[in-house]
Amino acid sequence: MAFVFMEGNEAVARGAMAAGCNFFAGYPITPATTIFNNMLQMLPPKGGTCIQGEDEIASMGYCIGASMAGKKVLTATSGPGISLYSEHISFAIGSEIPLVIANVQRLGPSTGSATRGADSDIQFMRWGSTSGAPVIVLAPKDAKDCLELTVHAFNFAEEFRCPVFIASNKEIGMTKESFDMEDLNLPPLVERTPYTGSGPYVPFAADPDKAPPFLPIGGKTLVRQTSSTHGPDGYITIDPQVIAGMQQRLHTKLDAAMDRITLYEEKMVPDTDTLVISYGITSRAVADAAASLADRGRPVSTLSLKTLWPVPESLLLEKAAPFKRIVVIEMNLGQYVNEIKRVLCGKPVDFYGQMNGILIPPAKIMEAIEND
Amino acid sequence: MTSFLNTSRPPVFCPGCTHDRITKSLDAALVKLGIPDDKTVIVTDIGCSGLFDTFFNVHALHGVHGRALTYAAGLKLADPSLNVIVTMGDGGMGIGGAHVLAACRKNLDMTLIILNNFNFGMTGGQYSATTPSDARVGSEFLNQAEIPVDICGVVESAGATYVSRISGHDDSLSDELVSAMQHKGFAVVETLGLCTGRYTKRNQLTPKVIDQMIEQRPSPGGVIAKNQRPEYGDRYRQLAKEKGKFPEPFVVKKQFDMPDTRRHEVVILGSAGMRIVTAGDMVCFAGISGGLNVSIKNDYNITVLRGQSVSEILLSPDTIGYTGIESPTVVMALSDEGVARRQKIFAGLSPDTYVLKEASVAIPDTKAQVEEIDFKAMKIKKTDWALASLAVLAKHEIVLNKDMLVFALKSRFNEKVFNLSMETVDKIV
Ligand code: SF4
Repeated sequence: MAFVFMEGNEAVARGAMAAGCNFFAGYPITPATTIFNNMLQMLPPKGGTCIQGEDEIASMGYCIGASMAGKKVLTATSGPGISLYSEHISFAIGSEIPLVIANVQRLGPSTGSATRGADSDIQFMRWGSTSGAPVIVLAPKDAKDCLELTVHAFNFAEEFRCPVFIASNKEIGMTKESFDMEDLNLPPLVERTPYTGSGPYVPFAADPDKAPPFLPIGGKTLVRQTSSTHGPDGYITIDPQVIAGMQQRLHTKLDAAMDRITLYEEKMVPDTDTLVISYGITSRAVADAAASLADRGRPVSTLSLKTLWPVPESLLLEKAAPFKRIVVIEMNLGQYVNEIKRVLCGKPVDFYGQMNGILIPPAKIMEAIEND
Repeated sequence: MTSFLNTSRPPVFCPGCTHDRITKSLDAALVKLGIPDDKTVIVTDIGCSGLFDTFFNVHALHGVHGRALTYAAGLKLADPSLNVIVTMGDGGMGIGGAHVLAACRKNLDMTLIILNNFNFGMTGGQYSATTPSDARVGSEFLNQAEIPVDICGVVESAGATYVSRISGHDDSLSDELVSAMQHKGFAVVETLGLCTGRYTKRNQLTPKVIDQMIEQRPSPGGVIAKNQRPEYGDRYRQLAKEKGKFPEPFVVKKQFDMPDTRRHEVVILGSAGMRIVTAGDMVCFAGISGGLNVSIKNDYNITVLRGQSVSEILLSPDTIGYTGIESPTVVMALSDEGVARRQKIFAGLSPDTYVLKEASVAIPDTKAQVEEIDFKAMKIKKTDWALASLAVLAKHEIVLNKDMLVFALKSRFNEKVFNLSMETVDKIV
């Protein structure tokens, strides 16, 4: 046993370092600031760059520039910062720029409460960009998850060349906890595929279900990058067929890999008729509630999602199939439950959510489960 | 190289547009400089000046309106060997004002060409941050109620190390661009030009009028002596190099048997300046050294030097799920402010809960066992009350014992602070 003791935000920074992150730009915002503080301690000794942007828009711009020069980049913010990130999230989606965004969520709307947690931005992260093209969102439940999922986030960002969010929460980011380093389960690192072809480099030429191979701006081969609607050559196009192909690929490259993108934990108890689905910090209270219910002779099964977007539809269908009733618990007034209802259409789905700045206590969850 | 122009994508500007001349002058400047195409990137903004990246055979990045300088900075920091050229219009300068100021203050070795043609050409000739108040533009009367910004004046005062203003029709434009690009630091060249598609249709602006404008407000002339300083990237890398060692995580191994291995919920109620957060960490270190899982949350004011400081700590032989406090086993009431913040918990405390109350602190009625201690009478300073309370816990062997407390203090403090802390601890246990 070798316990470390750190807050979720430090764990995100350590995960980023473990993933080979070498560039960070961000703007201070509670409750995400300590990710920036940690990166400022960790990157310079390793030869990396850590910058404070003049605002959130600039921070994302710095990250986009650095990523296009081949760096593995991280930025961190909270809801109000995600609002400002929006135009650059769209850029990174459409122009396939790998980057990892840690969103340490706080209570919204707007400036909301800087030091109060909530899973405020679950739909916002997915849809807070133009065009509707997908991103990947991973939700940690504790500090150890923050470390592990950040490595996954970098791997996904590199492979799929898209923004990947860590959907953390003030209650994880700013809570210090112990965990056993020997229990860490880090995936092998994935780097973006370099272009190795013999012909001229066509920056957005790719298989229909893959991200294009990458070459950095500043390398021997000239590279074009643009935020505008482009063809494979990186020049503006108005050809409907070319546009359609490229739009479709932004979806397909993720859809085709959902098996690998889908991360979750489950505790399936034989002969139970209720499956409680949750994610993030809430799934810990759900686990407590499930344990208490089991003690009372009314056990339930639980599914804790780590990949929220793209919605792991096959997983949900498969896991929910044997159950009569689904209960969804969220630290908001109902965001992800709509996805679950959509996927499990017809199945009874009950919901309990809370948006009052404090964690949902296990007792409330037990009540929600028992209230059928 | 005789030209960097992309022959398959010739410029597509309106006839007579000054952008066309600037494109050619920039090409001539790149040729004169003889810089390698694969070490050069053109970063462009939105609008007609945003087309520049497509005309050149160099690396190119075209992005969102007003943000070109941010991508440019990311590229330059990531690859200091790049020659970074940014083009934007008066529109991009206006919407991206914060980035222009930041770039001037940073002084990265990049060249910004602001193609000022006094209006938004692409969207229909609306007024921009540089449109004269008496101009006739596509925004009706709105420009009449504002004054235009003096780009060179702004960037000079923001710290740009090279600033010049030149007509886009000036024959020496390519030489001017050469000296801007040769300058080591952030260089801003404001070119004045004609938007024949929009602006000159309703305004008397000719190359001659532009020359007169420049006579009235002469170019700052390039290198700004008073702004000279090290280039940002060089300075950044020098400072970063002086940064200490990589902070490895602090690892604690189980080395003690806990006096009691029950799950504990410890609440410390204090005020800013009482080192409550540090004391909370100590409880956690001690707990980990006893083989327990721990978590801690702190609640303090945004103005950190005032108000309550509350720590909530869980210690458990099992994995910790919910990290909120449900039934505290230990409450330490060390200040009225802290107590006020968690007033509500006292009524629900069980008779098993141990409450340590400093003599000067008032607490609501409770069924818990309350021990009152007069730290003041023991000549313990207020800043050490939290630490002293831990010593009291160690004395009773609640949550931790003295060995564990000593271990925790040793792991967190340097020798001097450790010895000082031990003076307090030794008064109690
Ligand atoms: S609209 Fe104005 S700036 Fe744009 S190409 Fe035409 S003349 Fe040039």
